[in-house]
Amino acid sequence: MTAPQDIKPMPPTRRHKVQRWWWLFQRVSGVLLIVLIFTHLFVNLMTGDGVSQIDFAFVAGKWASPLWQWWDFAMLLLAMLHGMNGMGYIINDYASRKTTRTVLHALLGIATAVIIVLGALVIWTFDPCPVDASGALLEGVPSFCEDVL
Amino acid sequence: MSPAPTLYRGSDGMWMWFVHRATGVAIFFFLLVHVLDTSLVRVSPEAYDEVIGSYKTPIYGLVEAGLVGAIVVHALNGLRVIAVDRWDWALRHQRALTIAVWVITAIVMAGFLPRHLGVVFGGH
Repeated sequence: MTAPQDIKPMPPTRRHKVQRWWWLFQRVSGVLLIVLIFTHLFVNLMTGDGVSQIDFAFVAGKWASPLWQWWDFAMLLLAMLHGMNGMGYIINDYASRKTTRTVLHALLGIATAVIIVLGALVIWTFDPCPVDASGALLEGVPSFCEDVL
Repeated sequence: MSPAPTLYRGSDGMWMWFVHRATGVAIFFFLLVHVLDTSLVRVSPEAYDEVIGSYKTPIYGLVEAGLVGAIVVHALNGLRVIAVDRWDWALRHQRALTIAVWVITAIVMAGFLPRHLGVVFGGH
């Protein structure tokens, strides 16, 4: 029998480095999301009239402030990437065929990209006081729109 | 010497691993839906108000309560995983930390549920 030999660790490949980066991202984003999401839930569901206060005017009131726009954008980006990476780990664990894995990872990536782009467009192109063809304010806009027009 | 065959029932670590995955998947799919429903603010105030109105119905109110619970457990267990990886102290007190995850979840939900279900079912 041969004595156990020292095995030199393989030099880290690019793939290893990328995986390590995502591992760290998962933890850092997780901690940040705790702050972002619990504040989001507290402001929307605990203060004021709770879930019953949420309507177009409520959203318009929040997104009138760049703070909430950036807040929601950070939440969108971090939560989607955190979720994508987590779902990716699950795909790798359960999809044993290479083709299945490739297809599922592709679908996941597409879904994530679409949701991030859509959400970002909604936040940054939001119009709190939309008007109809005749220039009249639509129903359901916040009351501050009357002062603006 | 091979051990007698047993049915592996796992221990807290394995169950928390499962809870973390299950809640993570649920939250991920909710997130997709939540961005889509919020996007209706770009369609019209009417479209948004109508769809968001369904969040205020009793059934959705309960689903929402479950989602908040899932988020709280996932968040606290995530912190536990980080702690156990990082500090020997946490590794030695794994079991206590697992119990802490559930106790703190119960406390948070005890604060949230009366308020939320009061709004959904009682109108206040």
